Amino acid sequence: MGTTLYWAVADCWNVVRRGLTHYQRQPVNIAWQLGFPILSVLLYGYVFGSAMVVPGGGDYRDFLMPGMFAMTMAFGFINTATLVVHDATKGVIDRFRSMPMAPSAVVSGRGVTDLLVACAELAILMLTALAIGWRPDGGIVGGLAAFALLLWLRFALIWLGVWLGLLVPNPEAAGGLFAVAFPLTMISSIFVAPQLMPDWLGAVAAWNPISSTVAATRDLFGTPVGAGDSWVEQHALLMAGVWPAVLTLVFFPLAARKFAALGR
Amino acid sequence: MADGDHAVRAEGLVKKYGDKRALDGFDLTVRRGTVHGLLGPNGAGKTTAVRVLGTLLRFDGGRAEVGGADVASRPREVRRRIGLTGQYAALDEVLTGRQNLEMFGRLFHLGGRRAKARATELLDQFGLTDAGDKGVGKYSGGMRRRLDLAASMILTPDVLFLDEPTTGLDPRGRGEVWESVRELVAAGTTVLLTTQYLEEADKLAGRITVIDQGRAIADDTPEGLKRSVGGDRIEVVVTDAADLSRAAKIVARGGAEPVVDEEALRVHAPVADRVAALTDAARTLQDEGVAVEDIGLRRPSLDDVFLRLTGRAA
Repeated sequence: MGTTLYWAVADCWNVVRRGLTHYQRQPVNIAWQLGFPILSVLLYGYVFGSAMVVPGGGDYRDFLMPGMFAMTMAFGFINTATLVVHDATKGVIDRFRSMPMAPSAVVSGRGVTDLLVACAELAILMLTALAIGWRPDGGIVGGLAAFALLLWLRFALIWLGVWLGLLVPNPEAAGGLFAVAFPLTMISSIFVAPQLMPDWLGAVAAWNPISSTVAATRDLFGTPVGAGDSWVEQHALLMAGVWPAVLTLVFFPLAARKFAALGR
Repeated sequence: MADGDHAVRAEGLVKKYGDKRALDGFDLTVRRGTVHGLLGPNGAGKTTAVRVLGTLLRFDGGRAEVGGADVASRPREVRRRIGLTGQYAALDEVLTGRQNLEMFGRLFHLGGRRAKARATELLDQFGLTDAGDKGVGKYSGGMRRRLDLAASMILTPDVLFLDEPTTGLDPRGRGEVWESVRELVAAGTTVLLTTQYLEEADKLAGRITVIDQGRAIADDTPEGLKRSVGGDRIEVVVTDAADLSRAAKIVARGGAEPVVDEEALRVHAPVADRVAALTDAARTLQDEGVAVEDIGLRRPSLDDVFLRLTGRAA
């Protein structure tokens, strides 16, 4: 039992090393991954910023930053899915499965790699935000708690990504997931407060799991925003913990089952 | 099944996908230290057989042993004894050749230092030392397959499964892979090779199992298989189509039924006394003034075997 656990961890780490070596050999990949959120920060912050209204009357860029962080985490599942489908179609997963390594490492290695990359992404985004004048005033503890909540969302979406990666037939199809993900991030509190949307749309946006993470991190970063009246908006911190747990409970078993089904 | 002579033994393997039986009572015995060809058309069950024996797919019936370990009950033991190379080179395209081998070495639990040393050895063995520090994305098809083979050889497996190792390669790439396979076999590895190329099975395999619709329908040496279709044939290609029927009569003088291919201006017929029949036919053709483009003895090819056994061309 002890050696089983040892190899599960050691094999996972070796798969992680492989994933990180990818970024070392192709640093431009991380730039691509960050390109969209950084561009969004600049576009929404500067182009639309002056026309945007923030409930409570704060600065739009301060309002936007936590949304950008959460959006980057949310889109992360597309990266996970793309990398998984690549390994599946190239036969790399089959090679791993034909080797005497811990089978769990194939998936756990992917998850740990993606979380480490998410840390780097968040750090770079936050530095970018600070450079253009973002000044959170939630203190160190609030900042770290916000960081942890963002990673918690990313963690939950790893399983969605793994499941989709094993489900879709090819990398091109995984790229197509962006078309689904983009509206899902728009109908949330990332760009606009839900109470400013038409009622029905605002309700959908408020119950979007991403919105809870965004609202909770705004609060933890000390961004002054008047929260909406709905229950889910009033309990953002709680729901920022609950939603990713629910997502994990749904998608982890689906991913595990899909992985086991490779042998059927 | 404790017979130590056999690297692979499968009895009555069944693999179902819904109502369809991809393997339907498949039997296979591969002797240690040999190259065994598994030959069959697309969809015959070749890849399924290899994936079952390589522990990648669970099966529904029968039993199988690889390297002395039971596939169903001890898959991890089997994985320690096999190398598996699928239809696509299963490599990390971003990493270098060396990084690929080191990664797989560590995942084979060699430890960092031994994984590095083994990678260097294998790059050398497979003629990839110069390309070792280049990204695999820049490799040619033949180089990828050789690196793929190298990755399968990290633990020096008892049994190497090669699933269509040269599909999609140009003739040069195929030659490179064949050369590597021959070297591995010379060093004692048992190889189970699936292929659609009859030429490949003929060149590499000492024994061939023909699979069709999930069952082994023949198992013999390449020579034995060819003999089973019939002996040698005499073949004549004429210059003028008008001479075809006369040529057919001449080559069939032994009483056998001639086969006439009007497109290719070719006739052939089975013969018993090879050389005598050839000289006799050549002389008669000349005496009767039939202009001959080509004349010769032809052994049956595995294509003929295939056509005969399955009623379809390969």
